[in-house]
Amino acid sequence: MNLHEYQGKEILNSFGVRIQRGIVASTPAEAVEAAKKLTEDTGTGWHVIKAQVHAGGRGKGGGVKLAKNLDEVQSISDDILGMMLITPQTSAEGKLVNQVLVAEDVYYPGDEEPDEYYMSVLLNRATGKNMIMYSTEGGMDIETVAEETPHLIFTEEVDPLLGLMPFQARKVAFNLGLSGVAFKEMTKFVSALYTAYIKSDSSMFEINPVLKTSDSKIMAVDAKVSLDENALYRHKDYAAMRDLREENPIEVEAKAAGLNYVDLDGNVGCMVNGAGLAMGTMDLIKESGGEPANFLDVGGTADAARVETAFGIILKDPNVKAILVNIFGGIVRCDRVAQGVVDAYQSMGDKITVPIICRLQGTNAVEAKELIDNSGMEIISATEFQEAADKVAEVLGA
Amino acid sequence: MSVLVNKNSNIIVQGFTGSEGTFHAGQMIDYGTNVVGGVTPGKGGQEHLGKPVFNTVAEAVEKAAADTSIIFVPPAFAADAIMESADAGIKVIICITEGIPTADMVKVKAYIADKDTRLVGPNCPGVITPDEAKVGIMPGFIFKKGKVGIVSKSGTLTYEAADQVVKQGFGITTAIGIGGDPIIGTTTKEAVEMLMNDDETEAIVMIGEIGGNLEAEAAQWIKADGNRKPVVGFIAGQTAPAGRTMGHAGAIVGGADDTAQAKMEILAANGVHVVSSPAKIGEMVAKVLK
Repeated sequence: MNLHEYQGKEILNSFGVRIQRGIVASTPAEAVEAAKKLTEDTGTGWHVIKAQVHAGGRGKGGGVKLAKNLDEVQSISDDILGMMLITPQTSAEGKLVNQVLVAEDVYYPGDEEPDEYYMSVLLNRATGKNMIMYSTEGGMDIETVAEETPHLIFTEEVDPLLGLMPFQARKVAFNLGLSGVAFKEMTKFVSALYTAYIKSDSSMFEINPVLKTSDSKIMAVDAKVSLDENALYRHKDYAAMRDLREENPIEVEAKAAGLNYVDLDGNVGCMVNGAGLAMGTMDLIKESGGEPANFLDVGGTADAARVETAFGIILKDPNVKAILVNIFGGIVRCDRVAQGVVDAYQSMGDKITVPIICRLQGTNAVEAKELIDNSGMEIISATEFQEAADKVAEVLGA
Repeated sequence: MSVLVNKNSNIIVQGFTGSEGTFHAGQMIDYGTNVVGGVTPGKGGQEHLGKPVFNTVAEAVEKAAADTSIIFVPPAFAADAIMESADAGIKVIICITEGIPTADMVKVKAYIADKDTRLVGPNCPGVITPDEAKVGIMPGFIFKKGKVGIVSKSGTLTYEAADQVVKQGFGITTAIGIGGDPIIGTTTKEAVEMLMNDDETEAIVMIGEIGGNLEAEAAQWIKADGNRKPVVGFIAGQTAPAGRTMGHAGAIVGGADDTAQAKMEILAANGVHVVSSPAKIGEMVAKVLK
């Protein structure tokens, strides 16, 4: 589950990670109040107005701007709130900005030049251990750094049973070329960051940039935090941070019905049991000349109510020209699924406007095919995987 | 020979008396699997499905000579159940549970690293050696005995592959569902290696999906090992968009190397017979065995 920058920073701050302070606002008036309060609390003169959407590259799309007085806080917030922010990570239409973070200016002048670094904490799947990935090249796209100057990216793997050791935190600070106060600050920052990652059950932290201020403080200026959904039962307060406005509404509805659904751009909808077979079915749709309109795993129980909900969700997409049902019955009997499909078809009636190809294989597959063929419904039955694909191709060609 | 489980395995079920455990243990026993008992803390001394219930895995090892365990414990307690089994000396631990927090699995992986045990899963359909032992949730009747080994991240895709292989007139030695989570006990390469070293297995079906580098690692090992037996490969998720989770938590396309296309190219370059359509797995097996 992805969080907004301001939410991620709240979590970091609660574990003692120094952050660029800020207050979230939903209207320009709130933004001005937030700016005043922030000046009282932190003494900051200027403010940074940052769009809060689940996408990186916000600055490039005009979603992060510096305000040098309260009039500018007002006018910039007014521009950003309600805009469709387009970044390299959003779709072409962009994402609606509902909130801005009014943040303190941390690039103030001082004894030293400010410097930026990159730091993330994530799982190394190859070793099954968490690691800290960091670089002297802060504020840049890390993929570009990895491609052009891979020697500037360092990793530090952490022993799961021991946790991050002090020497590892020192190594990070040395590799970033720090000394004096900034060195000590960085070791504290790294330790606190790793503790926050573990205690919050996160699946990824990306802090870009980590800033060394002109007076040698180390802080997170941005925060991209992803939480492990499987661990949310341990963190009710984090679960409440979910912002449904950032998610596809059809996917939200599917989730509420217990269906695992991902919206895609194609013309053939599908309903499958099992994630792997669902992906395989999408691939087969492509092979037969179509494009998958969705990923949908109905899970272990495909009764009439579930099938009907699934059909309803698939048919919300006006691009869908056909629906392929692909169920491999194991513990779930195919004849029961077939009955579910027939019942759903009957109850939905005219709402079903596209051909349905129903492939049921496994336990009681023969009975299932008979049930569908004798139902009088316009459902095309198939038993073999290839046969189903051929029928999809036929329907698309017609 | 078959691998991991056979008719001589002494199997216990952790989470034996729960609804999932009860249903699937019943199916396993009906299949003829040698289930010697189950573990549910606090219910030790009772009998369930005609088998003894123990309080701890250690007790099941001591009193029923258990050497294999299958886990149906809910996600919040499953990591603990795996570690309990490893500590008690269970040799093969098969964890079916889906939705275990990744942080818990990081600990499990470190904990069992120096134990004499093999974990399969979690979030997997289990392991079946036809006519001998079904230690999982797969429909047993699809798997006929034969000479093709199957390694897969996905449950229903495993059934699909087995069904196609059987319809081509062949059968299965052992089918291993390794699971689709980011951290799993047995990797694709380790499962393939077991089947490569199994006398009865003459060909291997390897089914992967987007995300991670397990299939690439397996393919490189297969080539380094001299391509001793033909391997048929399929990677699910050719049409999956980048950065999205497709059901299995591990199936997120991250970098350029873990897309389906990239994996298929690596497999082919290492002598694996790659099929781009999941409907052609059986045909390809028939072709390589002729």
